[in-house]
This record gives sequence, C-alpha cells and structure tokens, in this order.
Amino acid sequence: MEIGLTHYLVISAILFSLGLYGIITRKHAIMVLMGLELVLNAANINFIAFARYGGMNIEGHIAAIFVIILAAAEAAIALAIVLNIYQNFRHVNIDEVDDLKG
Amino acid sequence: MDLITIAFYFFSALTIVFGAVVVFTKNIMHAAFSLLFAFFGIAGLYVLLSADFLAITQIMIYIGGILVLIIFGVMLTTRITGVDVKTGKIGKIQIGIAGLLTVLIAATLIMIFSTSKWYLADSKPLDSTVNEIGTALLTNYLLAFEAASMLLLIAIVGAAFIARKKH
Repeated sequence: MEIGLTHYLVISAILFSLGLYGIITRKHAIMVLMGLELVLNAANINFIAFARYGGMNIEGHIAAIFVIILAAAEAAIALAIVLNIYQNFRHVNIDEVDDLKG
Repeated sequence: MDLITIAFYFFSALTIVFGAVVVFTKNIMHAAFSLLFAFFGIAGLYVLLSADFLAITQIMIYIGGILVLIIFGVMLTTRITGVDVKTGKIGKIQIGIAGLLTVLIAATLIMIFSTSKWYLADSKPLDSTVNEIGTALLTNYLLAFEAASMLLLIAIVGAAFIARKKH
C-alpha cells in the first residue's frame, strides 16, 4: 500500500492525542509546554500533508512557517512566566499556583 | 517495500514512540531529550512530504531554539539532584478519564481521516520550495510577514522584561 495523505493524517492524529494527554495529566508547567509543542507539530504535519497532496501549493507551507514563528514566541514568553512563578513559589506545580498576587 | 515506505514508517515510529515517552515518562529530563527525537522524526516526515525548507526550519528553530529554551527552563526551575525532578502524580480516576477522553478523540479523528474522500490534485514534488516560499512571503503574505517580525520583537522584549529579577 502506497504512502498517501491518510497515513500522515493518522500520524498527526496520534501525535495530537498524545500531546493533549500530556497537557491534561501533567502538573509540571514545563511538561504542559512540551505537550503543547506536540500538538502544534501535529497541526503542522496536517498543513504540510494537505499542501503536498492538494496540488503542491505553497500556502500550507506558509501557514506552517507562521505556526513555527508563533510557537517560538509562545515558548519564550511561557518560560519567562514559568521562571517568574518559580521565583515566587519555589515550585512550578500549576495546580497550586492560584494566587493572583504573589 | 520501497525506500520511501521504509523511511516513512521509520520516521513515524520515531515520532510516535518518542512522543509517547515525552508524555508518559516520570523524569522531566528524559521527556526533554525524547522531545528532541520526536522533533527530528517530524523533520524527517517533512522531507518525505518534499518540504525541504520546513524540515531545516524545524531542526533549526524547534531543536536549536525551543528545545534549548525548554531544557534551560527545566534546569532553572527544578532541583536536578532532588526528587523534585519527578513530576507530581495525580489521581487514578483523573488519569483514567483523561486517557479515555484522549483515546476517544484519537479514534474519532482517525475514523474521520480514513473515511473522508479527500480531493487529491495530482502534483509532482518540486525540486526546492525555497524559491516559492520566498516569493509568497514577500508578495501575498507581506503584511503577515511584517506583523510576525513585530510580534517576535515584542515577544523577546516582553520575555526579557518578565523574567528579570525584581528589585
């Protein structure tokens, strides 16, 4: 059976679910971030698979590039916030960080 | 089985297995390094989809940038030698519900993906996508491109402002 669009979509669906499971079950803030990266990568695989099998149009690649740009900005900001939480609470357990003013 | 099929199964196995390690391992350092191999597998899938520029971007930005940031975050916020490096446990019931929900979503997605009749245009892979991507970024997507550059600048300044020590 030749490798087609469906193969890539199934891979991205599995990766998305793994990332979602990580986001739901983890308590450490950075582990939640890692789950988020998996979900974003699953979306990117979808974009590029549709770009490849939908007539090799370049728009899917452009969308994936913007997703990567936003992921980089999001990781920088999120880690800055996590460092700040660590300075205030001495841990990064997101279940216990519930003060508006530390 | 030709070489492309073998390469596809190799890279997708790499991605899925190490993605699962990221999600299921207790040691946060193991998770960070497994994320490296998962990203590498995804870059391989991009190559198979003839997206050469995006494969290089994936390796340079995700592995060279975001992953290094994440590992820095792990080292700055956890005491590596202590028990704190292991992430906390949650209840069995919550894990059961989360797993059930996730499997349900995965099954639904896979069912939808495999039963839909996608419109497939016949297309031959390009030699290189860099030319097309550059042209598209500086013509049709110029405004979004400039907005993304402003966003990155603001994000870097904001991250430096948030993360610095308070006096």
